[in-house]
Amino acid sequence: MLLKKRKREDATINGSSMADIAFLLLIFFLVTTTINVDTGIGLVLPPPLDPTQEPPPIRERNLMKILVSAEGQILMDEELVQLSEVKEKLKTFIKNPDNLETLPISPQAAVVSIKTVRETPYRIYIDMLDEVMGTYRELRNEVARANYGRDYASLNDEQEEAVNDIYPKKISIAEPDKD
Amino acid sequence: MANFKKKQAGSKQEIPTSAMPDVVFMLLFFFMVTTVLREVTLKVRVDLTQAGNIEKIEEKRLVSYIYIGPERLPGNRLGEDKVQIDDSIQPDIGAIRTIMYDKLLEEPRMIVSLRVDKDSEFGLLTDVQEELKQASAFRINYSTKNEN
Repeated sequence: MLLKKRKREDATINGSSMADIAFLLLIFFLVTTTINVDTGIGLVLPPPLDPTQEPPPIRERNLMKILVSAEGQILMDEELVQLSEVKEKLKTFIKNPDNLETLPISPQAAVVSIKTVRETPYRIYIDMLDEVMGTYRELRNEVARANYGRDYASLNDEQEEAVNDIYPKKISIAEPDKD
Repeated sequence: MANFKKKQAGSKQEIPTSAMPDVVFMLLFFFMVTTVLREVTLKVRVDLTQAGNIEKIEEKRLVSYIYIGPERLPGNRLGEDKVQIDDSIQPDIGAIRTIMYDKLLEEPRMIVSLRVDKDSEFGLLTDVQEELKQASAFRINYSTKNEN
């Protein structure tokens, strides 16, 4: 063989444009990404009732009945109240500072029952639920600050549990009557 | 003439860019993973209400949505309140039970996020909730906007 083989060019792929391609993709995903967090009021539904079984009895004094009409009027234990008064009333109900006979034995026993009619707009129902949640949040914050000097939200799991035991959130969403 | 040699720095002054694609790819993968491309086409109008005492759902993978609101009709009109799951309107409320139960089997820690239009009536919602109870999907979340 006389012909000398031509020296081959280096068989490398030019990788400098790789970054450009990756950047392009990156920018596409950057633009399309929406990092939105879902927010809302969390709730745990009770298991369905056995129709043959009577619901467990709750003593009258431990139960706060909140009725909301289709027009947004609120009845708390047969008493007409404004939405702004709900928090205050609920707090006295749950804490029972004067140890009244008509109010719950302990905050642990207190049950808040929210009942609406089928025609109640969702907005009004959520407003109501929001107030109840707000009451519990304030109460739990109070305990958390008194016991641990921090807000409820920044407690660790164990402390959170302890506060939850003091003020358990017992909310019952009653079914509207069938008409 | 003497040879004037240009003075040169001993080392090449270049930033190695070979690692750049790696860095960029890493960022790229992050955004690819976090991106949710497919959004559900809403067949009902959902205008969320506001609330102050809300919590965040951190793990989006656990969430499955139920939309309740007035049906969108052609010509910008609104119809009756309907329930939408995934991409279709559920004409039969009783069917929700099986749908949600199947979803619960796939993800036992499922949270049902109820996205309800603010002007919808509570009646339909309570029917849906009753179905959820039957499907033993107890963890729910009323989706709301932040008030503040």
